[in-house]
Amino acid sequence: MNKLAVELPGLSLKNPIMPASGCFGFGREYSDFYDLSKLGAVIMKAATGERRLGNPTPRVAETNSGMLNAIGLQNPGVEAIIREEVPFLAQYNTNIIANIAGSTIEEYEEVALAFNDTEDVQALELNISCPNVKEGGIQFGTDPMMAARVTEVVKKASNLPVYVKLSPNVSNIVEMAQAVEAAGADGLSMINTLTGMQIHLPTRTPLLANKTGGLSGSAIKPIAIRMIYEVKQHVSIPIIGMGGVSTAEDVVEFLLAGASGVAVGTANFTNPFVCSDIIDELPRTLKKYGFDSVKEVIGKAVTLA
Amino acid sequence: MISKEIMQILSVSEIASETVEMVLRNEYISEQAIPGQFLHILIDGHTLRRPISIADINRESKTVTILFKIIGDGTKTLAGFKEGMEIDVLGPSGNGFLIEEQDSVVLLIGGGIGVPPMYYLARTMVKKGKKVIAVLGFQSKSHVFYEEKFKELGETIVVTNDGSYGERGFVTDILGKIGSFDTYYSCGPVPMLRAVTNELQGRRGFISIEERMGCGVGACLACVIPATDEKGYKKICSDGPVFDAREVTL
Ligand SMILES: Cc1cc2nc3c(=O)[nH]c(=O)nc-3n(C[C@H](O)[C@H](O)[C@H](O)COP(=O)(O)OP(=O)(O)OC[C@H]3O[C@@H](n4cnc5c(N)ncnc54)[C@H](O)[C@@H]3O)c2cc1C
Ligand SMILES: Cc1cc2nc3c(=O)[nH]c(=O)nc-3n(C[C@H](O)[C@H](O)[C@H](O)COP(=O)(O)O)c2cc1C
Repeated sequence: MNKLAVELPGLSLKNPIMPASGCFGFGREYSDFYDLSKLGAVIMKAATGERRLGNPTPRVAETNSGMLNAIGLQNPGVEAIIREEVPFLAQYNTNIIANIAGSTIEEYEEVALAFNDTEDVQALELNISCPNVKEGGIQFGTDPMMAARVTEVVKKASNLPVYVKLSPNVSNIVEMAQAVEAAGADGLSMINTLTGMQIHLPTRTPLLANKTGGLSGSAIKPIAIRMIYEVKQHVSIPIIGMGGVSTAEDVVEFLLAGASGVAVGTANFTNPFVCSDIIDELPRTLKKYGFDSVKEVIGKAVTLA
Repeated sequence: MISKEIMQILSVSEIASETVEMVLRNEYISEQAIPGQFLHILIDGHTLRRPISIADINRESKTVTILFKIIGDGTKTLAGFKEGMEIDVLGPSGNGFLIEEQDSVVLLIGGGIGVPPMYYLARTMVKKGKKVIAVLGFQSKSHVFYEEKFKELGETIVVTNDGSYGERGFVTDILGKIGSFDTYYSCGPVPMLRAVTNELQGRRGFISIEERMGCGVGACLACVIPATDEKGYKKICSDGPVFDAREVTL
């Protein structure tokens, strides 16, 4: 028996570890460092209907224990992703999750439909939480009615399981989670980045050209843990957790809070081997905290509460 | 190919105001690196690595020299590292300078922290039998470094913004006085590169561009620059940092 294995809607994961959307491109660059077949899954960079060139630079700023980014969903468009990027990732023995985004409900629908024609993608991650684009994204992610509406449309359009990626930039995360669960989401993915800003002292102006950006990295881990823990008690669909994961101990903490899969984003920038290192370390770490398998850890903090 | 390597620090010395020279030892990087490539350096406690150009290589002693200015927390911490310590780097990163075999005279224009990559380039050019003219711009006299080392390789003109040493003004102020050359190479802050490419419009040239980076390997799309090709952009960390002056829009 594989002690690290997890079963999720549409996904048979050999381990719960997957690089987070936008922090791993389409895998090409990191395939120079290690064999991507080692990963439970790969979540691809966001796909939109047409190619997007993103925001002006600077697009990133470092913060204490993290970073801000305002990439602006730069991507070559869904057709090019299906034609050029999916076949590359499909060479590896791993699951492919497509992150989809749009400015309108119609665009989300169009992108979801496009992925129906590829056999190599196992699930969609519905990004209703990008804080870095003027239209759409975050709007869908902060209003439960809008979130439910876009979830419904994408569920109807797609033949793949849909994991809705929630924004932490809300006052009631449980309400958002329940709204998308009721609308048919197969799973949740949380959390996306928190909106923040940094001012460059010498010029007295916001450092990012977009002014605001999304905060990620270890600074946001306690927020992610709290939100997953809260949501887990109110929904029955599985959660892919993320936000500041950089060690196997972090993974165990996310599993305890209620995540069934764990995505690693920003930490790939610090250490390109981070996902591979965590996978190697995980069996020892599980053992250290008295567990035999990943499955038995999931949500344990909840039942202890 | 980029590798994650551990480098031993052989020496650390302050060679000009807030400017540190660090000599590192690593076989792979010293064998692979070409002029214009950089190291992406991990500094404990920092989420993002720091890109620093390779200023020189010695294949016999397997050493790599970097020169950096103390700007903020990261470079300040790095400057405090001592001989015998180790640093974790990704490298050699980026594409490096294209050397045109048929050229006989090349003009190298470096500004401030853009000077370091020009040194390894100058040494390589001289080894290939080319004549080098170097124009080096610094803020003021106390910031000047490597003048003597460049002079050993060819004609060298130092410019300081405040006129406290060499010529007064900006590197572009003296480009009119330079003799003929085949190709120019430039590295420095973006406003300087903009002025240089304007001044030398129509000439064959390569520029090395600085931008805030995320992953440093081409995955995250933090450091992009608009380009004139069909894709519409280039990644500075992996397609660059060196670009043909005519293919990108500054
Ligand atoms: C390809 C490349 C080669 C470089 N080569 C050299 C070199 O040889 N010598 C040298 O002194 N400097 C070089 N720089 C600039 C150097 O990377 C920055 O000065 C350094 O990252 C500042 O870090 P800090 O922590 O001291 O400053 P902080 O301002 O505290 O850094 C905060 C964040 O901003 C980034 N940042 C700040 N300034 C710059 C900048 N000018 N360019 C890119 N990122 C920046 C940092 O990497 C960090 O992520 C190079 C930059 C690039 C892109
Ligand atoms: C540079 C960068 C780009 C990102 N791009 C996307 C994206 O395209 N789609 C998305 O859903 N999330 C995107 N994210 C958010 C991450 O997938 C993740 O939810 C978030 O960064 C928290 O995890 P971390 O702290 O491990 O990075 C991006 C994050 C970063 C840092």
